[in-house]
Amino acid sequence: MEKNQPTLLKRFMPLIIFGAMVVLLAIGLTLNPRLVPSPLIDKPAPVFELPLLFKEGSFSNDDLLGHVTLVNVWASWCFACRQEHEVVKNLARSGVRIIGLNYKDESADAKNWLARLGNPYQVVAVDYDGRIAIDWGVYGAPETFLIDKEGIIRHKVIGPLSDQGNYEALMAAMQTLK
Amino acid sequence: MIPELGHFALIIAFAVAIVQSIVPLIGAARNQPALIAMARPAAMTQFLFVGLAYAALTHAFIVHDFSVLYVSNHSNLVQPLLYRISGVWGSHEGSLLLWALMLALWTIAVAVYSKNLPEILMARVLAVMGMVSTGFLAFMLFTSNPFERIFPVPLDGSELNPLLQDPGLAIHPPMLYMGYVGFSVAFAFAVAALLGGKLDATWARWSRPWTTIAWSFLTFGIALGSWWAYNELGWGGWWFWDPVENASFMPWLVGTALIHSLASTEKRGVFKSWTVLLAILAFSLSLLGTFIVRSGVLVSVHAFATDPERGVFILGFLIFAVGGSLALYAWRSAAVVSFGRFQWFSRETALLLNNIIFLTAATAVLVGTMYPLVVDAFGVGKISVGRPYFDTMFAYIAIPLLLLMGVGPAIRWKGDNWPRIAKTTSIFFVFSLVVGLLIPFIVEDKLNLATGLGLAGALWVALTTLKDLLSRMMRGLKLPLSYIGMIMAHFGVAVFVAGVTVVMTYHSEKDLRMEPGTSYNISGYEFLFQGTRTVQGPNYIAQEGVIEIWSEGEKTGELLPQKRTYTGKSEPMTDASIDITFTRDLYAALGEELENGAWSMRVYYKPLIRWIWLGCILMTIGGVLAVSDRRYRQSVKQTATKKVTATASL
Amino acid sequence: MCKKTPIITLFFLLCVSFSSISAPVETFQFDSPETEKIFHKLSEELRCLVCQNQNVAESNADLAKDLRLEIYTMLSDGKTEEEIVDFMVQRYGDYVLYRPPLKPMTWLLWFGPIIMFTIGLIFVVRFMRSQDDATQTDSLSKDDIERIKNLHAEQDK
Repeated sequence: MEKNQPTLLKRFMPLIIFGAMVVLLAIGLTLNPRLVPSPLIDKPAPVFELPLLFKEGSFSNDDLLGHVTLVNVWASWCFACRQEHEVVKNLARSGVRIIGLNYKDESADAKNWLARLGNPYQVVAVDYDGRIAIDWGVYGAPETFLIDKEGIIRHKVIGPLSDQGNYEALMAAMQTLK
Repeated sequence: MIPELGHFALIIAFAVAIVQSIVPLIGAARNQPALIAMARPAAMTQFLFVGLAYAALTHAFIVHDFSVLYVSNHSNLVQPLLYRISGVWGSHEGSLLLWALMLALWTIAVAVYSKNLPEILMARVLAVMGMVSTGFLAFMLFTSNPFERIFPVPLDGSELNPLLQDPGLAIHPPMLYMGYVGFSVAFAFAVAALLGGKLDATWARWSRPWTTIAWSFLTFGIALGSWWAYNELGWGGWWFWDPVENASFMPWLVGTALIHSLASTEKRGVFKSWTVLLAILAFSLSLLGTFIVRSGVLVSVHAFATDPERGVFILGFLIFAVGGSLALYAWRSAAVVSFGRFQWFSRETALLLNNIIFLTAATAVLVGTMYPLVVDAFGVGKISVGRPYFDTMFAYIAIPLLLLMGVGPAIRWKGDNWPRIAKTTSIFFVFSLVVGLLIPFIVEDKLNLATGLGLAGALWVALTTLKDLLSRMMRGLKLPLSYIGMIMAHFGVAVFVAGVTVVMTYHSEKDLRMEPGTSYNISGYEFLFQGTRTVQGPNYIAQEGVIEIWSEGEKTGELLPQKRTYTGKSEPMTDASIDITFTRDLYAALGEELENGAWSMRVYYKPLIRWIWLGCILMTIGGVLAVSDRRYRQSVKQTATKKVTATASL
Repeated sequence: MCKKTPIITLFFLLCVSFSSISAPVETFQFDSPETEKIFHKLSEELRCLVCQNQNVAESNADLAKDLRLEIYTMLSDGKTEEEIVDFMVQRYGDYVLYRPPLKPMTWLLWFGPIIMFTIGLIFVVRFMRSQDDATQTDSLSKDDIERIKNLHAEQDK
């Protein structure tokens, strides 16, 4: 009698492994592999001091204390920033304190852009070479950070706020701070 | 009109493929010759119509029919003819049509060259291949129609990605697909054998040539891709471990295990269920590759369409094809039992170890490629797995592999003794180890274990392979082509390993700012920059730099790197210039123009880099030689003679 | 999810059209060949986040340029390789590393292949042993057959 009969487990093992792989791939189809979550969540905002777009003086992370703030990273060359701008303006109108971080942009272009499309920002800080943005873990525009009263980063939105999912996630995060 | 005919041809092909999948299978199950006889005509008809569809798309490209969306997205009025023809497979829809064409090609090849197969087996094989065809044709017709029209018709199209406008690209995908798709034959044979419940050495003998040819094409296709990337991309790299690259490498690894396993099954009747599983696995990995490239689940520079909707379709197809065949394996593999015996120290064991090593390698690539997805799916964060991981894994895997390659071919079937092998090979072992470690020691003046072992391994395999050949010749034994093929392929591995080891250790690159008239010294070569001039190409204008290469006081060559601006595209493209010799490449790519006519540029010195592709070519030729062996051609003649005598005696 | 995809794709399109078209060339001056080597190593092991799977060395994207400059600046300031890696991970997470860190989450990744190899070897050993057992069973039955033959021969006497 041949003892080489493969066991039930051995015969089904490839199928079982394949099944696990299929589940993995199916989940993968619902994910976005390009989204990079921020390791700065629940950590204090990075120390920085930047010049302002419209006047003399500077803006630093100390100025973030005391209020719930949105820091919106934008630039005049950024197409998706234009898409989300209405939403940002609405948020500002409803009383949210929004600071603009002008990212790797020419000041003249930035000013023109705001003049044409409207300025929802209380203050616009200028990060010309993008150095401070690196400290914030910024890798593209637009991005929006939710900062609480103690200056801790609570939520990061990657991509435009005009996207339904992004907007809802931000609203949910803001609710927890009230 | 013609695109509509092409679309129609595709629909007919789809219908015929369905017939090809079902009818012969029923015929085989019920032993009805009439139904079995439908297999070959169905396969021929399917090929005809897929061919017509392909011709229609190619025609649309050649005559600049921009009313076809796919053509307008990948071709324009000034695109050279070669790249209008090769542009057909330049993106998702068209490359699917190429897939279907290749599959149909392999199918009729099996239909034509299967006269010595039992009819029932042939019917099943063609039916399984028909099922795969059905899947791909359905994929095109329902989600990715190459013949979709666009209104209003644009006056000019968008050109094919300039990166793809290169002769290397013209043949890379077809070669790759011939391999990728070719494994479907081994797959079909395996499934057919499981369905029939019988698998013997003859089955292995039939499967073997098909698998080896597919493997050879895949080797060549991968090598071409690597060679093309090196020549075109300007950063001197030849392999990036990108998910799409890995998607072609995994079937290659399993395919290599498969051809070795088939040898054992054919010669000694062992490892039958192992071989069947490997055959299913190789093609499953090909299909997985298709999923990875087209679903957007992994981030890749090569990814075609990143459309989750299409991903769902392919996943469904995977479940049916792979899940179905693995379920069949679970159910039927008990019927596929091996009876051969062999001792602990034998060629069989060596080949078993070989399979383990290659499967480990395939596992490393699969795990590395999929891990970011696993981590993301479990919601524990996001990681990246890149070159450092894969290089490390393969450095370790190479050790047992190279060791085994040195002795494996010399060990006898069924049983052998270690002292006999040790007697003839230990001198080569010591020699390789000493010389291998000595070379980097001399060059660097310190011990470099990694490089030394790599060189030692390459030398070990090269010497033992040659010794095996020479001792056979001296004993006056026959040298069948299949043996020569093996020798050449194994020698190719040694050449490959030597090339990789040397170039990774001793390459140098430098980014420089050069003013016209200045020179820079790198690894004993002087690069003298003579400024730039303007050059006109068929669909571009270029700034061409002139760099003279001087060595030992003499001018030995010239590099002419270009910065090209293609008409219709605003972004300039680098065309690197390479000075090639057998022992090294000198490579230059232009950066940006600076003040005073100075340019930033990158120069490289790449020793032995050509050996990488030379090794791959040797492997490819080895495979082709092995398939050309007389015994495969003889078996066709023998069966023909048998048939004649059989009819004569009636 | 499908709605998000086109916008994200647009968002990243900047990188797709820039990168992998021309090799980025920078003319940094390094303190020493060792520093230059570390620069190249880091640039190759750090991921360009806006790109379709490229490292910081090979990408032409703005972010990649910024990161290369950052690496160079930190090296000039005398920072070590570990410090630079930590800097990047603090800001971008493990995703930025092409060499995945060794932590419980990645044990299966780093040790998976060797585990697979070991399982393979165990399988081979067990298979060989079961072969030995089967051979012994055969030869035993051969002895039995002999004995039966002898018994029969005796009976026929």
